[in-house]
Order: sequence, then structure tokens, then C-alpha cells
Amino acid sequence: MKDFVSGKWDHHIDVRDFIVKNYTPYDGDESFLQPPTDRTLKIWEKISDLMKQERDKGGVLDIDTHTISDIDAYDAGYIDKEKEIIVGLQTDAPLKRAVMPFGGLRMIENSLDAYGYEMDERISDVFQYRKTHNDGVFDAYTPAMRAARKSGIITGLPDAYGRGRIIGDYRRVALYGVDFLIEEKKRTKENFNNPSLNEESIRCREEQSDQIRALKKLKALGHSYGFDISAPAKDTKEAFQWLYFGYLAAIKEQNGAAMSLGRTSTFLDIYATRDIEEGRYSEADIQEIVDDFIMKLRVVRFLRTPAYDDLFSGDPNWITESIGGMCSDGRHMVTKMSYRFLHTLTNLGPAPEPNMTVLWSTHLPDNFKKYCAEMSIKTCSIQYESDRLMRKRFGDDYGIACCVSAMVIGKQMQFFGARTNLAKALLYAINGGRDEKSGDQIGPQFLACRGNVLQFDDVMKKYDVILEWLASLYVNTLNVIHYMHDKYCYEKIQMALHDDEIDRTLACGIAGLSVVADSLSAIKYAKVKPIRNEDNLCVDYVIEGDYPKFGNNDSRVDDIAVEVTRRFIEKLKKVPSYRNARHTMSILTITSNVVYGKKTGSTPDGRKAGEPFAPGANPMHGRDMNGCVASMMSVAKLPYEFAEDGISYTFSIVPNALGDSEDARETNLATLLDSYILADGHHINVNVLNREVLIDAMDHPEKYPQLTIRVSGYAVNFIKLTREQQQEVIARTFFDQI
Amino acid sequence: MEPIIGQVHSIETFGTVDGPGIRYIVFLKGCPFRCLYCHNPDTWRNAGATAMSVNEIVEDFLRYKKFYDNGGVTISGGEPLMQSRFVEELLESFRALKVHTVIDTAGSVPITESKKCLELASLVLLDIKAPNEEMYRRITSQSMKDTLDTLDYCEKIGKSVWIRHVVVPGLTDSDESINGICDIVAGRKCVERVELLPFHKLGEFKWRELGLDYKLYDTPAPTNLRMAELRAIIDKRCKRL
Repeated sequence: MKDFVSGKWDHHIDVRDFIVKNYTPYDGDESFLQPPTDRTLKIWEKISDLMKQERDKGGVLDIDTHTISDIDAYDAGYIDKEKEIIVGLQTDAPLKRAVMPFGGLRMIENSLDAYGYEMDERISDVFQYRKTHNDGVFDAYTPAMRAARKSGIITGLPDAYGRGRIIGDYRRVALYGVDFLIEEKKRTKENFNNPSLNEESIRCREEQSDQIRALKKLKALGHSYGFDISAPAKDTKEAFQWLYFGYLAAIKEQNGAAMSLGRTSTFLDIYATRDIEEGRYSEADIQEIVDDFIMKLRVVRFLRTPAYDDLFSGDPNWITESIGGMCSDGRHMVTKMSYRFLHTLTNLGPAPEPNMTVLWSTHLPDNFKKYCAEMSIKTCSIQYESDRLMRKRFGDDYGIACCVSAMVIGKQMQFFGARTNLAKALLYAINGGRDEKSGDQIGPQFLACRGNVLQFDDVMKKYDVILEWLASLYVNTLNVIHYMHDKYCYEKIQMALHDDEIDRTLACGIAGLSVVADSLSAIKYAKVKPIRNEDNLCVDYVIEGDYPKFGNNDSRVDDIAVEVTRRFIEKLKKVPSYRNARHTMSILTITSNVVYGKKTGSTPDGRKAGEPFAPGANPMHGRDMNGCVASMMSVAKLPYEFAEDGISYTFSIVPNALGDSEDARETNLATLLDSYILADGHHINVNVLNREVLIDAMDHPEKYPQLTIRVSGYAVNFIKLTREQQQEVIARTFFDQI
Repeated sequence: MEPIIGQVHSIETFGTVDGPGIRYIVFLKGCPFRCLYCHNPDTWRNAGATAMSVNEIVEDFLRYKKFYDNGGVTISGGEPLMQSRFVEELLESFRALKVHTVIDTAGSVPITESKKCLELASLVLLDIKAPNEEMYRRITSQSMKDTLDTLDYCEKIGKSVWIRHVVVPGLTDSDESINGICDIVAGRKCVERVELLPFHKLGEFKWRELGLDYKLYDTPAPTNLRMAELRAIIDKRCKRL
């Protein structure tokens, strides 16, 4: 067997060095790709059938209520023991969900209750003596934090479940084998042995010990399936299997909100290229391995509550895989494996998981751009993010966690902070810190806006006060959450697949930006008259005259959106963070824009109480009047430097509006992506489908088991959305210029 | 000199079906035709137009320029040639910027008015509403002379033309009708393409909103099969296309 080109990577952990020295860029087209084998189709059929049973049972097929999930807690499980190529399941049977109680016991109890299960007493007994993350958080929460959480100005906080958004460098398992990783950890533990051990270094020493134990369990996990993964993987199949064991250990240990895969395809291509060259595997063999691996990712399941589903509907796991991008040395990083991963959307049909994310650059090969466009048009299963913006900050070995959060693989993590509702905050500004729905004093008390017409300067001054208050409350709340998560629900195996020195970010988020921009624009350029109730609370607004709306490339309002974004991140940065994490911010809602809207009263832009916000950084539905390029330009104006955790834009278009032939549609979409990236856009979801299909799928879900659409930051199985969310998606701007 | 002002209906920044590539489309107000199947009757009259100067449009376009590297600008309507002086200036400005331009016209103004515009545009999309004078009057309420003159002039100066024709069941969907269109097109070197567009029902609501008397509520869209049959006639008769 040929040796790989050596380098720094064979002396210490440096996966990037291995990739850069060994990968083969591929400029050709997709004609080399192989169809699924009969074996693959048979297993996929079996899985599809299990998934149907799962849907028929109300969303959950089975739960193991007797076991506290851990890396080595279950016996080996199979879908089809004889035929599987890549093995390993979260529990001992496919789609059987595990109980992972360290995030919060109540979440587990509610989930079990919702699906008609009861927790084994032995598990609840354990938590008579042992606290969870959730217990810890609520011991420390202040009354103000509880009030903000209840009113919904801060929502979706990971205070009752795993925070997720951490990517273990699962490639290390394949490249180095577990023994070397353990040795490295033992060595680096001593980096935290200094003359005056302080709190941080004590914590680090404990964490390193936890990590070493987790790595030993990882080895045991391999053994339970008959593999010795203490040494490096020898060929392609082993590389996939070793890497998957790493990932599997993570999803057995943690029920994190987003459990992303990282950037694995180009790494894996190095093994495949060598093995094909040396005749060990054929192209069809390699595709079969890929298909089998992807099927494993499609059956990942977590136990979650219906309330969680309201927020993040469709059972998402955000097994995000980052594909393509450019290397710092100027070569692109598209390989045959990039194609093979996307090709699973053809071989197995479209699906939301894994969350296929193409790191787009105008310098990617034309063949690949066109192939991506073709697959987007066919499957709506791909999202695109600007390699240009991210490479500048994160180098060429970053990956996307969840939807839009870039991080250097194995060197960086984030403290996930969900998001705060900036539209509601604006209503607090108008109402003197009182909640527009309950009338409760949630924010600081000050004079509400008076008079018959809202004055822009007055509102802005008050909004600034509210944002200052909110930023401080928000960061402090996150500090409590992440202190407790580290203490009670630490991600042992994922962090074991990181360096000892970690760059941490505090990933804050905002929702309702386009509502805020339009509201402030209405107040500035039209006349907005508040309607007050008997309690003197502004509960509705009458707008006289027209005003510039976000999404039309009109700087009068776009500048307002930029200004609000800048102000808020600056205020966040002023508040000290847990473990000195660097403050970042995302403009991303996922599907929670529906719930945020539900919890927010009428706004001065004319949006009525309860109506959904636009997803992510999108303009409000139907307000972008000049076509999608204008809409994209407005979104692209939001500076990435203010929202480094990602700016999500979802784009839906009917096929005919994209061009009058297949070829034109593919070329136009690729050009559109190039131009959006050049305009400094960060992220774009692409949906190409007819509204009628969605309407039909609402009424006849059985006809569309695999219908996938992209919603802010992830892909989702359309029929798994709640009815409300389905309606929201359909109402959302479809560009269908005739 | 006073800048010439155009009466603009709207701007669409992502057009993909009115000319090659991705296009910036300027919809102008005003049209002399009253086509029975018009899907934009809101562009017939100038009422409600946004007044824009040539510079304003060019500057707006330039903010998006990179999106249109493989496409360009399409000037549509309404009948854009109703505002031929404005369109001339617009085309000249884009020409100076080396931007590909298209006029989407039904050729419904006298050639003396439109000549200069036809010369300046990179490509002309010419909508021929019907194969003969009688049907033409029935559908558009006007004569087809100007349309034919437009085509003749394009042939004379060698201007690239894409012919378009809307297929309306019961009006223009017979074999004879399509053969009639082929008769007009046949032998003209300027014609690069003939596009058949199926009549659709998406513009109906505009007639209702405007309180106009719409005659085609009961007319269905043509079937895919019928469209393919008619397409076959074109492909057979106009081989080069």
C-alpha cells in the first residue's frame, strides 16, 4: 500500500496538513458517478419502511426507557447485519431513541409522556442524587432571566437540553487511531499543570481526564461491533467506519441541538483515490460505501418534546457536512467525494440529513457549480455559504455547525445561544419596558412613547436603552447556561476530538430583523399612529403613507437594518462572557420565526399580532417588490463582521422563473450564486419548486415521503412540519415573475 | 437639455425568460394594443407610473451589474416603443457600458418611431400576435402592419430577432394559425428563434381588479400535448431555428 505524503501531520495531530498534502482536486463532471447497487436499494427500502412506521406512530418508533445513553451503553445494533457495510446505531435497533438525561430530566419526562412511555425508575432514582444541566441553570437563573424567558424576548435557550453546535474532528479517529489520540491527551493534560493551579486549569485537567475516558469508551464501541480502532484506518472502508464510530460516539453521548459532521468528504477522498488507483476498490464499491454511510446519518434520532418540535420542526439534527471551498494555496477543494456525497441525493432520493452545505466560491470548477445547481433544482436539499467570507476568518479547514456557524475543525467551539427577539424589544421600547401582550414590566421602566404619532428619534433613543438592557441580560443568561452545561453535561468525546487549547465563541442570535427595519422605516418615512388599549399599552398601529421596505435594495431602510445589527453586537461585546468566549451573532431563525411571531404583538410595520416573522435575515413576505436580486442585495448588505455566526437567507423560486430550459436554469442558478457571493452574501438556501406541490403535500403527505425543502439554515422533510409552519412556508415569497 | 423621463411600471431584477441569461427588466407603461389575453393590462395606461430618468435606471442597474454578466437588460412593457425617445437614450447608455440589451415588443408603433431603437438593441423579441390581419385586429384591436414593418426593418439591418407567439385555445392554436406564423417567418435570416408561449390564467385577477371586461375566463391553458404538436410544426417548417 502506498504511503501518504508525509508532513507535520505524522508527528502530531494536524488533519489539515494531511489533507492539503494529499488531496486531489477534481475538475471533471459527474459522469463517473455510479448508481446504487441492489444491496443499497434493499437496505434503503428497509429504512424507508421503518420511517413510514415511525411517521404512522406519531413520529417516534421506539424508545429505550431503561438505559442512560452513553458511548458504550448498548449492545451492537444493525439494520441488516449481513448486508451493512458501515455499521453502528445509536441504540440496539434502528430508529429506537435513547434517553440522554444529563441535559435535563424534565425534557425527557415530557418527551416520554408525549409518546406514551414511562421512564424506568432506576433512571429517575439516579437523579435523586445527581443534578442535571437544567437543574443547575434554574438554581442560578435570576428573576429577570426567568421573566425574559417567559415573555419570549429570549427564546430557544439550551437550558433544558444539550447545547450542541460542537463539531468533533471525527477524521482524527480514522487518521490516527484512538490510541494515539489518548496518548496525545495524556500529554496535553500536563499543559494544564502549572505552579498555581487556578479554577480554569483545574477545570481543564478534569476535562482532559473525562476526554481520555471517553476515548477509551470509543475503543470499546468499536470492539462491540468487532473492530479494533486503536490504530489508524487502513483503507477507504475503514476510514469511513472509524470516522463514523467517532461521530456515533458523539450522538450516543449528547442530544445536542445540532450535531454536525464537519468537513469529511475531501478527507475521505484521499483514501478512495489511493484505493481505486491500487485496485482495492472500484468506483461502484466506493459509492456503495458512501451510500451506506449516508443512510446511517439519515437514521440518527433524538428524543425531543413536542414543544421543541414547535420551535425546530421536522426532527432536525443538523448533521451538517461542508463540501468544497478553496484551499489557502489557491487550489479548489472539490474532489470526486464531493460529487459522491451529493450523488446520494440521487441514489437514495432527497433528504434533509445530512445537511449538505456547499462552501461556494466563484473559483470552484464550472462543472461542479453546474452539478450543484442541477442537484438543487432536483432536490432542494443543498445550502450554500460563502467560502470567500469564511476562509478569510477561519482558514481552509473550517466546517459549518448547525446551519451557518463556521468554526475551525478541532480547534474552535461555540457556546450556542439561540436568539433574542429584536422585534419584541422594539415594542418594549415603545411601551416603556412593558410586554405588549401581558402588560408586565419585563424591561427597565421608563416613559413609554406618547402622542398620536410615533417619532423616529424618540423611538430610537428608547430602543437603544432596551437593547443595552437586553444585551446584558442575554449574555449573562448564556453565561449561566454554559457554566452549567460544562459542569453537568460536558461533551466528553466531542471535546476529546479537539485540541487542548480551544477558541470559544459566545454565539448570540437575533430574530425579527426585517420586522424591526421595516417598523423603524415606517416610523421614519410614513406616519405611524399607535392604538392603545385601556391599560395604555400600544397594541396595534395604523400606518399612513408608504415607506421603504427591506428587500428592495433601498438604502434608506437597508441602512437601518445594518445599524440595528451593528448596535446590538457592539452592546453584546461589552458584557463579559463565560470562559472569555468571543461574542458573535447570527441572524438565523430556523423555523422558530413562526413561534417568535406568535409570541409578538402587532408591530409598526403593519404586521399583525401573532403573524410569523420572516425566516433568518429574509425580507418580510411579499414586501420585496423588485425581484430576487434586489432582495438578495438588501440581505447581502448586512456585514458578516457584525454577524460572524451567520446570516441566513432562504430563496424559493418556481422552476419556470429560473429559466426556460434545464440548461438555462442550471446556468442561471450558478450565476446567481456566484453573484450573491461576490455581493458579500453569506448564506443562501435554494428551493426550486412549485407552490402547488407543497399545497398538495399538505393534504396528501403519503404521496411525498421524501419531499425536502430548505428553511432558514436547514433542510426539512416538508410533511414533518406542523400545519402552521407548512402554511408559513407556502405564504413565503416565491419568486414567480411571469 | 431636460432629461427625458420614462413612465415605468416596475423593475424586475431577476428575469430569466425574456432574453439570454439573467436580466434586469424595465417594464414601461403604455400600450396601443388591447390584446384579449393580455396578462399585464395594468400596463396599458400611464396612470400609476413611476417617473424615472435614464440616469436613474442606469444607476440602479449598475448596483446589480455583476448579476448580469451573462445576461443584460430587457426593456419590456406595455409596449416599450411607445416611449421610443426614452428607450433610445436608455439603449445608448447601456450600449456605452457594453451591456447586452433586449427590446421586448409587439412592434405596435410605426417604424418611423421605432427605427432607432431597433438599431441600438442587441436583440429584439418580437411578439407576433396572429398570422393575418383579420385575426390580428380581433385579438389586438389594431392592424398588423407595424409589426410586419418592424420585422422587415430588422431583416433589412440584420438585427437578431426572436419571434414569440402566444398560443390561445380557440384563437391561435390551430395548425393553420401556426403555419401562418411560419409563412411570415420563413426565409428571414434575422430570425434566430421562434418561441411558442402557452396562454396562462395568471393575469386574470388584474382584469378583475381594474374592472375590465375579460373575454377569456372560460378559455383554458393549452395542454402540453398540443403545445408539443405545434412546436413540431415550427421545428419542421423553420429547420434552421
